[in-house]
Amino acid sequence: MIKKETPHIDRTETVIELRHLRKSFGALTVLQGIDLDVFRGENVVVLGRSGSGKSVLIKLIVGLLKPDSGSVRVFGEEVPALDTRALQTLRKKIGFSFQGSALYDGMCIKDNLAFPLVRNKRNLSRKQIDQAIEKVLDDVGLAHTVYQMPAELSGGQKKRIGIARTLILEPEIMLYDEPTAGLDPLTSIEINNLINEVQARYKTSSIIITHDLSCAKSTGDRLVMLVDGQFLRQGKFEEVFDTADIRIRGFYNYNFILDN
Amino acid sequence: MNGDPEKIEPELNGGNTVKDKIGRFFITLYDLHRFMLRFFREAFLPPYEFRETIRQSFDVGLKSLSIITLTGFIVGVVFTKQSRTSLLEFGATSWLPSLIAIALMRALAPLVTALIVAGKVGSHIGAELGSMKVTEQIDAMEVSSTNPFKFLVVTRIEATTLMVPILVIYMAFISLLGAYLDVHLNEATSFPAFFQQAFMKINLYDIVSIMIKSAVYGFTVGMAGCYIGYNAQQGTVGVGKSANKSVVVSMFLIFIEEMLLIQVLNYGKQFF
Repeated sequence: MIKKETPHIDRTETVIELRHLRKSFGALTVLQGIDLDVFRGENVVVLGRSGSGKSVLIKLIVGLLKPDSGSVRVFGEEVPALDTRALQTLRKKIGFSFQGSALYDGMCIKDNLAFPLVRNKRNLSRKQIDQAIEKVLDDVGLAHTVYQMPAELSGGQKKRIGIARTLILEPEIMLYDEPTAGLDPLTSIEINNLINEVQARYKTSSIIITHDLSCAKSTGDRLVMLVDGQFLRQGKFEEVFDTADIRIRGFYNYNFILDN
Repeated sequence: MNGDPEKIEPELNGGNTVKDKIGRFFITLYDLHRFMLRFFREAFLPPYEFRETIRQSFDVGLKSLSIITLTGFIVGVVFTKQSRTSLLEFGATSWLPSLIAIALMRALAPLVTALIVAGKVGSHIGAELGSMKVTEQIDAMEVSSTNPFKFLVVTRIEATTLMVPILVIYMAFISLLGAYLDVHLNEATSFPAFFQQAFMKINLYDIVSIMIKSAVYGFTVGMAGCYIGYNAQQGTVGVGKSANKSVVVSMFLIFIEEMLLIQVLNYGKQFF
Protein backbone atom coordinates (compact mmCIF):
# COMPACT_ATOMS: atom_id res chain seq x y z
CA MET A 1 0.00 0.00 0.00
CA ILE A 2 1.26 3.48 -0.87
CA LYS A 3 1.72 5.58 2.24
CA LYS A 4 -0.80 8.38 2.48
CA GLU A 5 0.77 11.81 2.06
CA THR A 6 0.23 14.24 4.90
CA PRO A 7 -2.71 16.27 3.66
CA HIS A 8 -2.95 20.03 3.91
CA ILE A 9 -6.05 20.52 6.01
CA ASP A 10 -7.28 24.08 6.48
CA ARG A 11 -9.15 23.94 9.78
CA THR A 12 -10.27 27.54 9.42
CA GLU A 13 -12.51 26.72 6.48
CA THR A 14 -15.50 24.38 6.88
CA VAL A 15 -16.75 23.08 3.55
CA ILE A 16 -19.55 20.87 4.92
CA GLU A 17 -21.43 21.69 8.08
CA LEU A 18 -24.20 19.47 9.45
CA ARG A 19 -26.24 20.49 12.48
CA HIS A 20 -28.89 18.51 14.36
CA LEU A 21 -29.66 16.54 11.21
CA ARG A 22 -32.63 14.19 11.37
CA LYS A 23 -34.07 11.90 8.76
CA SER A 24 -36.78 9.24 8.94
CA PHE A 25 -38.50 7.00 6.41
CA GLY A 26 -41.97 6.40 7.77
CA ALA A 27 -41.62 4.92 11.22
CA LEU A 28 -37.92 4.18 10.74
CA THR A 29 -35.63 6.89 12.10
CA VAL A 30 -32.33 6.72 10.29
CA LEU A 31 -30.46 9.79 11.47
CA GLN A 32 -31.21 11.41 14.79
CA GLY A 33 -29.30 14.58 15.45
CA ILE A 34 -26.10 14.45 13.42
CA ASP A 35 -23.47 17.18 13.81
CA LEU A 36 -20.39 17.20 11.60
CA ASP A 37 -17.85 19.65 10.20
CA VAL A 38 -15.63 18.74 7.27
CA PHE A 39 -12.66 21.04 6.74
CA ARG A 40 -11.03 21.95 3.45
CA GLY A 41 -8.59 19.25 2.34
CA GLU A 42 -9.78 16.71 4.88
CA ASN A 43 -10.86 13.10 4.31
CA VAL A 44 -13.57 12.17 6.80
CA VAL A 45 -14.56 8.52 7.00
CA VAL A 46 -18.05 7.66 8.22
CA LEU A 47 -18.00 4.12 9.59
CA GLY A 48 -21.05 2.10 10.40
CA ARG A 49 -22.94 -1.09 9.82
CA SER A 50 -25.01 -1.69 6.69
CA GLY A 51 -28.35 0.05 6.97
CA SER A 52 -27.13 2.49 9.60
CA GLY A 53 -27.90 5.52 7.41
CA LYS A 54 -24.43 6.28 6.06
CA SER A 55 -25.55 6.58 2.45
CA VAL A 56 -28.56 8.64 3.48
CA LEU A 57 -26.14 11.09 5.07
CA ILE A 58 -24.25 11.85 1.86
CA LYS A 59 -27.46 11.89 -0.19
CA LEU A 60 -28.67 14.64 2.14
CA ILE A 61 -25.44 16.55 1.56
CA VAL A 62 -25.80 16.45 -2.20
CA GLY A 63 -29.53 17.24 -2.09
CA LEU A 64 -30.82 13.90 -3.36
CA LEU A 65 -32.86 13.65 -0.15
CA LYS A 66 -34.32 16.31 2.11
CA PRO A 67 -33.84 16.20 5.87
CA ASP A 68 -36.79 16.17 8.25
CA SER A 69 -35.06 18.80 10.34
CA GLY A 70 -31.62 20.26 10.93
CA SER A 71 -29.18 22.07 8.74
CA VAL A 72 -27.01 20.94 5.80
CA ARG A 73 -24.60 23.64 4.71
CA VAL A 74 -22.13 23.15 1.87
CA PHE A 75 -19.77 26.06 1.18
CA GLY A 76 -22.03 28.07 3.45
CA GLU A 77 -25.18 27.38 1.41
CA GLU A 78 -28.18 25.72 3.02
CA VAL A 79 -28.71 22.79 0.62
CA PRO A 80 -32.40 21.96 1.33
CA ALA A 81 -33.35 25.59 0.75
CA LEU A 82 -31.70 25.88 -2.67
CA ASP A 83 -33.82 26.05 -5.82
CA THR A 84 -33.08 23.67 -8.72
CA ARG A 85 -30.73 26.04 -10.52
CA ALA A 86 -28.73 26.94 -7.41
CA LEU A 87 -28.53 23.26 -6.46
CA GLN A 88 -27.20 22.38 -9.91
CA THR A 89 -24.56 25.08 -9.61
CA LEU A 90 -23.52 23.79 -6.18
CA ARG A 91 -23.40 20.20 -7.41
CA LYS A 92 -20.73 21.14 -9.95
CA LYS A 93 -18.39 21.46 -6.97
CA ILE A 94 -19.37 18.07 -5.54
CA GLY A 95 -18.34 14.69 -6.91
CA PHE A 96 -20.40 11.66 -5.93
CA SER A 97 -19.00 8.16 -6.36
CA PHE A 98 -21.85 5.65 -6.14
CA GLN A 99 -21.63 2.26 -4.48
CA GLY A 100 -22.55 0.47 -7.71
CA SER A 101 -20.54 2.96 -9.83
CA ALA A 102 -23.78 4.00 -11.65
CA LEU A 103 -22.09 4.16 -15.04
CA TYR A 104 -24.53 4.82 -17.90
CA ASP A 105 -24.59 1.38 -19.43
CA GLY A 106 -25.90 2.58 -22.78
CA MET A 107 -22.78 4.70 -23.32
CA CYS A 108 -19.13 3.77 -23.82
CA ILE A 109 -16.58 4.98 -21.27
CA LYS A 110 -15.68 8.00 -23.36
CA ASP A 111 -19.32 9.11 -23.55
CA ASN A 112 -19.79 8.41 -19.83
CA LEU A 113 -16.92 10.76 -19.06
CA ALA A 114 -17.93 13.36 -21.64
CA PHE A 115 -21.51 13.48 -20.37
CA PRO A 116 -21.07 15.73 -17.30
CA LEU A 117 -18.48 17.84 -19.12
CA VAL A 118 -20.62 18.55 -22.18
CA ARG A 119 -23.59 19.45 -20.00
CA ASN A 120 -21.76 21.68 -17.55
CA LYS A 121 -19.10 23.32 -19.70
CA ARG A 122 -20.91 23.96 -22.94
CA ASN A 123 -18.19 26.21 -24.40
CA LEU A 124 -15.55 23.46 -24.53
CA SER A 125 -14.29 22.31 -27.94
CA ARG A 126 -14.25 18.64 -28.95
CA LYS A 127 -10.47 18.66 -28.59
CA GLN A 128 -10.62 20.06 -25.05
CA ILE A 129 -13.19 17.44 -24.07
CA ASP A 130 -10.98 14.66 -25.48
CA GLN A 131 -7.98 16.03 -23.60
CA ALA A 132 -9.92 16.17 -20.32
CA ILE A 133 -11.09 12.58 -20.80
CA GLU A 134 -7.56 11.43 -21.57
CA LYS A 135 -6.19 13.18 -18.47
CA VAL A 136 -8.77 11.83 -16.08
CA LEU A 137 -8.44 8.30 -17.47
CA ASP A 138 -4.67 8.55 -17.02
CA ASP A 139 -5.23 9.68 -13.43
CA VAL A 140 -7.25 6.56 -12.65
CA GLY A 141 -4.93 4.33 -14.70
CA LEU A 142 -7.50 3.16 -17.23
CA ALA A 143 -6.56 4.96 -20.46
CA HIS A 144 -7.04 1.76 -22.48
CA THR A 145 -10.75 1.45 -21.64
CA VAL A 146 -11.84 4.59 -23.47
CA TYR A 147 -13.95 2.84 -26.13
CA GLN A 148 -15.14 -0.04 -23.94
CA MET A 149 -18.67 -0.40 -22.61
CA PRO A 150 -19.28 -0.49 -18.82
CA ALA A 151 -20.43 -4.12 -19.06
CA GLU A 152 -16.94 -5.09 -20.28
CA LEU A 153 -15.22 -3.75 -17.15
CA SER A 154 -14.48 -5.43 -13.84
CA GLY A 155 -15.97 -4.16 -10.56
CA GLY A 156 -12.78 -2.33 -9.62
CA GLN A 157 -12.47 -0.74 -13.06
CA LYS A 158 -16.07 0.43 -12.87
CA LYS A 159 -15.37 2.08 -9.51
CA ARG A 160 -12.34 3.84 -10.99
CA ILE A 161 -14.31 5.06 -14.00
CA GLY A 162 -17.10 6.20 -11.66
CA ILE A 163 -14.55 8.24 -9.74
CA ALA A 164 -13.04 9.52 -13.00
CA ARG A 165 -16.47 10.70 -14.14
CA THR A 166 -16.82 12.83 -11.05
CA LEU A 167 -13.23 14.09 -11.24
CA ILE A 168 -13.67 15.39 -14.76
CA LEU A 169 -15.55 18.39 -13.37
CA GLU A 170 -12.68 18.99 -10.90
CA PRO A 171 -14.89 19.00 -7.79
CA GLU A 172 -13.84 20.52 -4.50
CA ILE A 173 -15.71 17.91 -2.47
CA MET A 174 -15.79 14.15 -3.09
CA LEU A 175 -18.42 11.89 -1.57
CA TYR A 176 -17.59 8.19 -1.79
CA ASP A 177 -20.37 5.70 -1.09
CA GLU A 178 -18.82 2.35 -0.07
CA PRO A 179 -15.86 2.64 -2.47
CA THR A 180 -14.49 -0.82 -1.68
CA ALA A 181 -17.75 -2.76 -1.29
CA GLY A 182 -17.74 -6.00 -3.25
CA LEU A 183 -14.06 -5.76 -4.26
CA ASP A 184 -11.25 -8.21 -3.53
CA PRO A 185 -8.59 -7.06 -1.02
CA LEU A 186 -6.01 -6.09 -3.65
CA THR A 187 -8.47 -4.08 -5.72
CA SER A 188 -9.68 -2.46 -2.48
CA ILE A 189 -6.13 -1.32 -1.78
CA GLU A 190 -5.92 0.15 -5.30
CA ILE A 191 -9.14 2.07 -4.71
CA ASN A 192 -7.88 3.30 -1.32
CA ASN A 193 -4.71 4.53 -2.97
CA LEU A 194 -6.76 6.23 -5.66
CA ILE A 195 -8.82 8.05 -3.02
CA ASN A 196 -5.60 9.31 -1.43
CA GLU A 197 -4.19 10.32 -4.81
CA VAL A 198 -7.37 12.23 -5.60
CA GLN A 199 -7.08 14.07 -2.29
CA ALA A 200 -3.45 14.98 -2.99
CA ARG A 201 -3.79 15.82 -6.68
CA TYR A 202 -7.19 17.53 -6.80
CA LYS A 203 -7.01 19.04 -3.27
CA THR A 204 -10.46 17.68 -2.47
CA SER A 205 -12.27 17.43 0.83
CA SER A 206 -14.04 14.09 1.10
CA ILE A 207 -16.55 12.06 3.00
CA ILE A 208 -15.92 8.35 2.63
CA ILE A 209 -18.78 6.08 3.61
CA THR A 210 -17.61 2.59 4.43
CA HIS A 211 -17.82 -0.38 6.73
CA ASP A 212 -14.37 -1.56 5.63
CA LEU A 213 -11.81 -0.84 8.37
CA SER A 214 -8.78 -1.08 6.07
CA CYS A 215 -10.35 1.52 3.80
CA ALA A 216 -11.14 3.69 6.82
CA LYS A 217 -7.63 3.38 8.20
CA SER A 218 -5.79 4.06 4.96
CA THR A 219 -7.91 6.93 3.61
CA GLY A 220 -9.31 8.76 6.64
CA ASP A 221 -7.75 11.78 8.29
CA ARG A 222 -10.61 11.57 10.77
CA LEU A 223 -13.14 8.84 11.49
CA VAL A 224 -16.66 9.16 12.79
CA MET A 225 -18.58 6.14 13.98
CA LEU A 226 -22.29 6.08 13.14
CA VAL A 227 -24.35 3.87 15.44
CA ASP A 228 -28.14 3.96 15.83
CA GLY A 229 -28.43 7.17 13.83
CA GLN A 230 -25.91 9.08 15.93
CA PHE A 231 -22.18 9.73 15.83
CA LEU A 232 -20.78 7.86 18.83
CA ARG A 233 -17.12 8.77 18.55
CA GLN A 234 -14.81 10.64 16.27
CA GLY A 235 -11.09 11.14 15.93
CA LYS A 236 -8.14 9.30 14.42
CA PHE A 237 -8.49 5.57 13.77
CA GLU A 238 -6.76 4.52 16.99
CA GLU A 239 -8.65 7.08 19.05
CA VAL A 240 -12.03 5.90 17.81
CA PHE A 241 -11.39 2.26 18.66
CA ASP A 242 -9.66 2.96 21.96
CA THR A 243 -12.86 2.44 23.89
CA ALA A 244 -14.66 -0.17 25.92
CA ASP A 245 -17.98 0.59 24.19
CA ILE A 246 -19.16 -2.80 23.01
CA ARG A 247 -20.89 -1.34 19.94
CA ILE A 248 -17.56 0.03 18.67
CA ARG A 249 -15.33 -2.80 19.89
CA GLY A 250 -17.72 -5.33 18.36
CA PHE A 251 -17.51 -3.60 14.98
CA TYR A 252 -13.71 -3.57 15.18
CA ASN A 253 -13.42 -7.19 16.25
CA TYR A 254 -15.79 -8.38 13.56
CA ASN A 255 -13.75 -6.64 10.86
CA PHE A 256 -10.54 -7.90 12.42
CA ILE A 257 -11.79 -11.49 12.24
CA LEU A 258 -12.83 -10.99 8.61
CA ASP A 259 -9.47 -9.46 7.65
CA ASN A 260 -7.55 -12.32 9.22
CA MET B 1 -36.31 15.90 -6.53
CA ASN B 2 -35.61 12.61 -8.15
CA GLY B 3 -35.57 10.33 -5.15
CA ASP B 4 -39.10 11.17 -4.01
CA PRO B 5 -39.05 8.56 -1.24
CA GLU B 6 -41.71 10.48 0.65
CA LYS B 7 -44.25 10.56 -2.14
CA ILE B 8 -46.36 7.64 -0.85
CA GLU B 9 -47.48 7.61 2.73
CA PRO B 10 -45.73 4.69 4.41
CA GLU B 11 -48.95 3.59 6.13
CA LEU B 12 -50.44 2.96 2.70
CA ASN B 13 -47.29 1.56 1.18
CA GLY B 14 -47.50 -2.01 2.30
CA GLY B 15 -51.17 -2.35 3.26
CA ASN B 16 -53.41 -4.72 1.35
CA THR B 17 -56.88 -3.74 2.49
CA VAL B 18 -59.37 -2.21 0.06
CA LYS B 19 -58.90 1.14 1.77
CA ASP B 20 -55.13 0.97 1.24
CA LYS B 21 -55.55 0.01 -2.40
CA ILE B 22 -57.96 2.88 -3.05
CA GLY B 23 -55.59 5.21 -1.23
CA ARG B 24 -52.66 4.02 -3.35
CA PHE B 25 -54.69 4.42 -6.56
CA PHE B 26 -55.47 8.06 -5.82
CA ILE B 27 -51.92 8.79 -4.71
CA THR B 28 -50.67 7.31 -8.00
CA LEU B 29 -53.19 9.41 -9.94
CA TYR B 30 -52.04 12.54 -8.14
CA ASP B 31 -48.40 11.63 -8.72
CA LEU B 32 -49.04 10.97 -12.41
CA HIS B 33 -50.77 14.32 -12.69
CA ARG B 34 -47.67 16.00 -11.18
CA PHE B 35 -45.44 14.02 -13.51
CA MET B 36 -47.43 15.19 -16.53
CA LEU B 37 -47.41 18.82 -15.42
CA ARG B 38 -43.68 18.58 -14.90
CA PHE B 39 -43.30 17.19 -18.43
CA PHE B 40 -45.09 20.20 -19.97
CA ARG B 41 -43.11 22.61 -17.82
CA GLU B 42 -39.75 21.03 -18.64
CA ALA B 43 -40.58 20.55 -22.32
CA PHE B 44 -41.12 24.26 -22.89
CA LEU B 45 -38.39 25.65 -20.66
CA PRO B 46 -34.75 25.87 -21.87
CA PRO B 47 -32.23 24.31 -22.13
CA TYR B 48 -33.62 22.00 -24.82
CA GLU B 49 -32.23 18.55 -25.48
CA PHE B 50 -32.79 18.58 -29.28
CA ARG B 51 -29.97 16.19 -30.04
CA GLU B 52 -31.23 13.58 -27.57
CA THR B 53 -34.81 13.97 -28.84
CA ILE B 54 -33.62 13.33 -32.40
CA ARG B 55 -31.60 10.32 -31.22
CA GLN B 56 -34.59 8.93 -29.36
CA SER B 57 -36.91 9.58 -32.32
CA PHE B 58 -34.52 7.71 -34.59
CA ASP B 59 -34.41 4.90 -32.04
CA VAL B 60 -38.21 4.69 -31.72
CA GLY B 61 -38.68 4.70 -35.49
CA LEU B 62 -35.93 2.22 -36.21
CA LYS B 63 -36.98 -0.19 -33.48
CA SER B 64 -40.52 -0.44 -34.79
CA LEU B 65 -39.91 -0.21 -38.53
CA SER B 66 -39.45 -3.88 -39.41
CA ILE B 67 -42.37 -5.17 -37.37
CA ILE B 68 -44.63 -2.36 -38.61
CA THR B 69 -43.71 -3.14 -42.21
CA LEU B 70 -44.49 -6.81 -41.77
CA THR B 71 -47.67 -6.28 -39.75
CA GLY B 72 -48.89 -3.51 -42.03
CA PHE B 73 -48.47 -5.61 -45.14
CA ILE B 74 -50.24 -8.61 -43.59
CA VAL B 75 -53.08 -6.45 -42.24
CA GLY B 76 -53.60 -5.00 -45.74
CA VAL B 77 -53.69 -8.39 -47.45
CA VAL B 78 -55.83 -10.13 -44.82
CA PHE B 79 -58.30 -7.28 -44.48
CA THR B 80 -58.77 -7.16 -48.25
CA LYS B 81 -59.34 -10.91 -48.45
CA GLN B 82 -61.86 -10.83 -45.61
CA SER B 83 -63.72 -7.82 -47.02
CA ARG B 84 -63.95 -9.25 -50.53
CA THR B 85 -66.19 -12.17 -49.51
CA SER B 86 -68.74 -9.79 -47.96
CA LEU B 87 -68.66 -7.34 -50.84
CA LEU B 88 -68.96 -10.14 -53.40
CA GLU B 89 -72.45 -10.95 -52.07
CA PHE B 90 -73.57 -7.48 -53.18
CA GLY B 91 -71.44 -7.45 -56.32
CA ALA B 92 -69.63 -4.47 -54.91
CA THR B 93 -65.97 -5.51 -55.06
CA SER B 94 -65.21 -2.26 -56.89
CA TRP B 95 -65.68 -0.56 -53.51
CA LEU B 96 -62.81 -2.50 -52.03
CA PRO B 97 -60.13 0.23 -52.37
CA SER B 98 -62.33 2.87 -50.72
CA LEU B 99 -63.49 0.53 -47.97
CA ILE B 100 -59.97 -0.60 -47.20
CA ALA B 101 -58.56 2.93 -47.25
CA ILE B 102 -61.24 4.19 -44.86
CA ALA B 103 -60.84 1.28 -42.46
CA LEU B 104 -57.06 1.39 -42.53
CA MET B 105 -56.59 5.12 -42.33
CA ARG B 106 -59.29 5.89 -39.80
CA ALA B 107 -59.02 2.93 -37.47
CA LEU B 108 -56.62 0.10 -38.13
CA ALA B 109 -53.34 1.86 -38.89
CA PRO B 110 -53.37 4.19 -35.85
CA LEU B 111 -54.54 1.48 -33.47
CA VAL B 112 -52.27 -1.33 -34.68
CA THR B 113 -49.25 0.98 -34.89
CA ALA B 114 -49.87 2.30 -31.40
CA LEU B 115 -50.18 -1.21 -30.00
CA ILE B 116 -46.96 -2.29 -31.71
CA VAL B 117 -45.10 0.76 -30.43
CA ALA B 118 -46.51 0.11 -26.94
CA GLY B 119 -45.17 -3.43 -27.03
CA LYS B 120 -41.85 -2.68 -28.65
CA VAL B 121 -40.93 0.80 -27.44
CA GLY B 122 -43.06 1.16 -24.29
CA SER B 123 -41.55 -1.95 -22.74
CA HIS B 124 -38.06 -0.77 -23.71
CA ILE B 125 -38.59 2.64 -22.11
CA GLY B 126 -40.04 1.07 -18.95
CA ALA B 127 -37.17 -1.40 -18.62
CA GLU B 128 -34.44 1.09 -19.52
CA LEU B 129 -35.55 3.81 -17.11
CA GLY B 130 -36.38 1.20 -14.46
CA SER B 131 -32.90 -0.22 -14.74
CA MET B 132 -31.36 3.25 -14.60
CA LYS B 133 -33.40 4.01 -11.50
CA VAL B 134 -32.47 0.90 -9.54
CA THR B 135 -28.77 1.15 -10.46
CA GLU B 136 -28.68 4.80 -9.36
CA GLN B 137 -27.85 6.06 -12.87
CA ILE B 138 -30.66 8.62 -12.61
CA ASP B 139 -29.23 9.84 -9.30
CA ALA B 140 -25.78 9.97 -10.92
CA MET B 141 -27.17 12.18 -13.66
CA GLU B 142 -28.80 14.44 -11.12
CA VAL B 143 -25.68 14.90 -9.02
CA SER B 144 -23.64 15.71 -12.12
CA SER B 145 -25.84 18.80 -12.53
CA THR B 146 -27.91 17.35 -15.36
CA ASN B 147 -31.67 17.40 -15.20
CA PRO B 148 -32.48 13.69 -15.65
CA PHE B 149 -36.17 14.39 -16.14
CA LYS B 150 -35.46 16.61 -19.12
CA PHE B 151 -32.79 14.35 -20.57
CA LEU B 152 -34.52 11.00 -20.08
CA VAL B 153 -38.25 11.63 -19.78
CA VAL B 154 -38.99 14.71 -21.88
CA THR B 155 -36.92 13.50 -24.83
CA ARG B 156 -38.53 10.04 -24.86
CA ILE B 157 -42.09 11.36 -24.62
CA GLU B 158 -41.37 13.89 -27.36
CA ALA B 159 -39.87 11.14 -29.51
CA THR B 160 -42.87 8.79 -29.21
CA THR B 161 -45.32 11.68 -29.72
CA LEU B 162 -43.50 12.73 -32.89
CA MET B 163 -42.74 9.30 -34.29
CA VAL B 164 -46.05 7.45 -33.86
CA PRO B 165 -47.88 9.72 -36.39
CA ILE B 166 -45.06 9.15 -38.89
CA LEU B 167 -45.16 5.41 -38.28
CA VAL B 168 -48.95 5.43 -38.69
CA ILE B 169 -48.67 7.08 -42.11
CA TYR B 170 -45.98 4.58 -43.04
CA MET B 171 -48.09 1.65 -41.86
CA ALA B 172 -51.15 2.91 -43.73
CA PHE B 173 -49.07 3.15 -46.89
CA ILE B 174 -47.62 -0.37 -46.48
CA SER B 175 -51.08 -1.78 -45.69
CA LEU B 176 -52.49 -0.14 -48.80
CA LEU B 177 -49.66 -1.67 -50.80
CA GLY B 178 -50.58 -5.09 -49.40
CA ALA B 179 -54.23 -4.44 -50.20
CA TYR B 180 -53.34 -3.26 -53.72
CA LEU B 181 -51.35 -6.45 -54.34
CA ASP B 182 -54.34 -8.58 -53.41
CA VAL B 183 -56.82 -6.43 -55.37
CA HIS B 184 -54.50 -6.40 -58.38
CA LEU B 185 -54.17 -10.18 -58.38
CA ASN B 186 -57.92 -10.74 -58.07
CA GLU B 187 -59.57 -7.80 -59.82
CA ALA B 188 -56.71 -6.75 -62.11
CA THR B 189 -56.98 -3.16 -60.89
CA SER B 190 -54.11 -0.88 -61.90
CA PHE B 191 -51.94 0.93 -59.36
CA PRO B 192 -53.19 4.47 -60.19
CA ALA B 193 -56.82 3.35 -60.31
CA PHE B 194 -56.54 1.62 -56.92
CA PHE B 195 -55.02 4.63 -55.17
CA GLN B 196 -57.35 7.08 -56.90
CA GLN B 197 -60.32 5.10 -55.61
CA ALA B 198 -58.75 4.56 -52.23
CA PHE B 199 -58.25 8.25 -51.56
CA MET B 200 -61.59 9.31 -52.98
CA LYS B 201 -63.27 8.94 -49.61
CA ILE B 202 -60.36 10.26 -47.52
CA ASN B 203 -60.42 13.98 -46.83
CA LEU B 204 -58.24 16.44 -44.97
CA TYR B 205 -60.25 16.00 -41.78
CA ASP B 206 -59.44 12.30 -41.79
CA ILE B 207 -55.74 13.03 -42.11
CA VAL B 208 -55.85 15.63 -39.33
CA SER B 209 -57.80 13.32 -37.02
CA ILE B 210 -55.36 10.45 -37.72
CA MET B 211 -52.48 12.74 -36.79
CA ILE B 212 -54.21 13.86 -33.59
CA LYS B 213 -55.08 10.31 -32.60
CA SER B 214 -51.59 9.02 -33.34
CA ALA B 215 -49.93 11.82 -31.42
CA VAL B 216 -52.16 11.10 -28.41
CA TYR B 217 -51.26 7.39 -28.60
CA GLY B 218 -47.57 8.20 -28.91
CA PHE B 219 -47.77 10.54 -25.94
CA THR B 220 -49.55 7.83 -23.95
CA VAL B 221 -46.92 5.18 -24.72
CA GLY B 222 -44.07 7.55 -23.81
CA MET B 223 -45.77 8.86 -20.69
CA ALA B 224 -46.72 5.41 -19.36
CA GLY B 225 -43.26 3.94 -20.02
CA CYS B 226 -41.44 6.91 -18.52
CA TYR B 227 -43.68 7.26 -15.47
CA ILE B 228 -43.52 3.59 -14.61
CA GLY B 229 -39.79 3.23 -15.34
CA TYR B 230 -38.84 6.45 -13.55
CA ASN B 231 -40.64 5.29 -10.42
CA ALA B 232 -39.38 1.69 -10.51
CA GLN B 233 -38.54 0.06 -7.19
CA GLN B 234 -37.46 -3.31 -5.80
CA GLY B 235 -34.23 -3.91 -7.72
CA THR B 236 -34.12 -6.14 -10.77
CA VAL B 237 -37.62 -7.47 -10.08
CA GLY B 238 -38.82 -3.89 -10.38
CA VAL B 239 -37.21 -3.58 -13.82
CA GLY B 240 -39.15 -6.57 -15.15
CA LYS B 241 -42.33 -5.28 -13.58
CA SER B 242 -41.77 -1.84 -15.12
CA ALA B 243 -41.37 -3.29 -18.62
CA ASN B 244 -44.47 -5.42 -18.24
CA LYS B 245 -46.58 -2.74 -16.61
CA SER B 246 -45.61 -0.16 -19.25
CA VAL B 247 -47.03 -2.35 -22.02
CA VAL B 248 -50.20 -3.31 -20.16
CA VAL B 249 -50.99 0.23 -19.03
CA SER B 250 -50.20 1.73 -22.47
CA MET B 251 -52.44 -0.74 -24.30
CA PHE B 252 -55.25 -0.31 -21.81
CA LEU B 253 -55.10 3.47 -22.13
CA ILE B 254 -54.86 3.32 -25.94
CA PHE B 255 -58.11 1.32 -26.14
CA ILE B 256 -59.88 3.75 -23.81
CA GLU B 257 -58.55 6.71 -25.78
CA GLU B 258 -59.68 5.09 -29.04
CA MET B 259 -63.21 4.89 -27.72
CA LEU B 260 -63.21 8.48 -26.49
CA LEU B 261 -61.40 9.99 -29.47
CA ILE B 262 -63.67 8.36 -32.01
CA GLN B 263 -66.66 10.02 -30.32
CA VAL B 264 -64.98 13.41 -30.20
CA LEU B 265 -63.58 13.27 -33.73
CA ASN B 266 -66.83 12.02 -35.26
CA TYR B 267 -68.67 14.81 -33.48
CA GLY B 268 -66.11 17.31 -34.75
CA LYS B 269 -66.52 16.10 -38.33
CA GLN B 270 -69.96 17.69 -38.74
CA PHE B 271 -68.42 21.14 -38.24
CA PHE B 272 -65.69 20.53 -40.79
